[in-house]
Amino acid sequence: MTLSLLFQHIVNALSLGSLYALIAIGYTMVYGILRLINFAHGDVFMLGAYVAFYGITLVSLPWWAALLVSIAFTALFGIGLERVAYKPLRDSPRISIMISAIGASFLLESLAVLIFGGRPKGVPVPDVLSKVIHFGSVSMITISLIIPLFTFALLGVLVWIVNKTKTGMAMRAVSTDIEAARLMAVDVNKVVSFTFGIGSLLAAFGGIMWSFKYPQLNPLMGMMPGLKCFIAAVIGGIGSIGGAVMGGFLLGIIEIMIVAFLPTLSGYRDAFAFILLIVVLLVKPTGLLGKRQAEKV
Amino acid sequence: MKKAVGCMLLVLGIAALIVACGPAAPKTVKFGVFEPLTGANAGGGALEVEGIKLANEMYPTVKVGDKEYKIELVIADNKSDKVEAANAAQRLVDKDKVNVVLGSWGSSLSMAAGPIVKNAKVSAIGLSCTNPLVTKGNEYYFRVCFIDPFQGTVMANYAFKNLNAKKAVIIREVSNDYSVGLAKFFADSFKQLTGDENAILAELNYNTGDTDFSAQLTEVKKFKPDVIFAPGNYTESALIIKQAKELGIKTQFLGGDTWETPEFIDVGKQAVEGVVFSTFFATETPITDTSKVFLDAYRQKYNKEPAAVTALGFDGYLVARDAIQRAGSLDKEKVRAAIAVTKDFPGATGMITLNEDGDAVKSAVIKTIKDGKFTYMATVQPY
Repeated sequence: MTLSLLFQHIVNALSLGSLYALIAIGYTMVYGILRLINFAHGDVFMLGAYVAFYGITLVSLPWWAALLVSIAFTALFGIGLERVAYKPLRDSPRISIMISAIGASFLLESLAVLIFGGRPKGVPVPDVLSKVIHFGSVSMITISLIIPLFTFALLGVLVWIVNKTKTGMAMRAVSTDIEAARLMAVDVNKVVSFTFGIGSLLAAFGGIMWSFKYPQLNPLMGMMPGLKCFIAAVIGGIGSIGGAVMGGFLLGIIEIMIVAFLPTLSGYRDAFAFILLIVVLLVKPTGLLGKRQAEKV
Repeated sequence: MKKAVGCMLLVLGIAALIVACGPAAPKTVKFGVFEPLTGANAGGGALEVEGIKLANEMYPTVKVGDKEYKIELVIADNKSDKVEAANAAQRLVDKDKVNVVLGSWGSSLSMAAGPIVKNAKVSAIGLSCTNPLVTKGNEYYFRVCFIDPFQGTVMANYAFKNLNAKKAVIIREVSNDYSVGLAKFFADSFKQLTGDENAILAELNYNTGDTDFSAQLTEVKKFKPDVIFAPGNYTESALIIKQAKELGIKTQFLGGDTWETPEFIDVGKQAVEGVVFSTFFATETPITDTSKVFLDAYRQKYNKEPAAVTALGFDGYLVARDAIQRAGSLDKEKVRAAIAVTKDFPGATGMITLNEDGDAVKSAVIKTIKDGKFTYMATVQPY
């Protein structure tokens, strides 16, 4: 393999990994605060992409406006989803709320098939984002450069919110013990809504970036990215924001390098992601950056 | 008291049910439409359903013996998924008790239904599924299109003779029987034409539903082929070609009939301009009188040009209807026998004669994309 090909592979890996990282952050946020694996995350991701698509095509908004509208809408939607599907089950066993999440996921997918239609749609990608840039013989499109920048910026903002702000303090309190937090006059409902708002906002942003990079929408588009980013979050240590980013990049790099160095195995790319998940769960169940926690009884 | 009322209601309900389902002679002939309407192949499925529905509007009845029956379409979504496909096919033959099955877009999906229609002894007519294994060894599965050994040869010939290509790279959708089969037939034929055992530099794989192909395409860059053959589902293929352009690959892309869906252009946009693929039918060269009838009706109803698979949907319906009329009976075995001897039936896509495997032997058409439209290039005869 020549050096320029290797560089091209590295660029591809980082660009894919940053996208995984972006979506994994949302997963891990919700889990970190509520200990809930939000299986509907991938479908919120799909919804965000569709709303932006209709913003551009039906209402002919400029792409950045469609992006903002979609993010706002999806964040509100996420808050609503939590109210309807998760809040009534907050005191039930954890398994009930997880099943409810799976139900919400199927409901959203089926609704999307009915409302948006089952046929895939092509996304009009703004020219600014799809320009090809060359560095010597290595080439990439602008969106691949923008996504990692945003991933790191959002990582910074989230770490700041969680660690430095009052809301963040409340979030950490809720994550440690909901009842105790309530006794300390933390408005738990507000904190949970805020967390879901942020999680959905991230999913929507990820979905829109995804649809600009891979300009194709279908109602089940959130399934695979949802699973992959769940894996990324687990690898990094679910609940840890930094870990999610790390897991995302790691997954992207492994997926690309498998095809690069073992091209005959390229069909087994997804299988490797899942094998990685199993290995991590067996060897280091808390993930790379996860903290070991005693289960409360 | 409450219990008593409940029991009464239950009894009433059951009675109503029995009355509703009273024995009634079948007044309709049922055509099961077995197509992907959601999921990765939904675009293709929808095109075939368009053709079937159009045919149903134009020829809504069938004469069995001297009785006129209405033809009812029972549409089952196989969800672009092999497991769901088996379920959908089972439902069509068991619950809906259809007389004939039409479809499916996608050879893998049709193959999933193969053993089910065979066990139920219900005849099925594939419309655009081209993998030879769909009909091979299954006397109940037929099709109104050509098969991949021919299609692979057509594209290999095009690569060798028209493009003067000596080396090719293949990108396959490895979870799709259609793609794997067609890639193999192309490779065999291309090696034979070039007389070079190593004419295929590499075969790279991806899975249905993948979106990132940058790693595979970076590999392609290394090989510097004269031509890239990438048969596969339309959205994945469009993304592959788009990402290839982004990586600076200028090599000519060739593909198969699955590319002819509006979604292929919709997703690929500028990037898919100039790609070349084989398909079944071109509106520019109507072949039979039925072609004209079909084209006029379609253009009037939809106000656009039909895709080749839409014409095949139209033909599949007509072949099934014609066979039932010739059989003069709804007996499963008689219908099967009548379909099997279909000879010189004038369909929209040409004269349809089924060979001993139940496959139609027809010419192929080569198309390209020009200014965002599928454009006719040439017709290739099967001999």
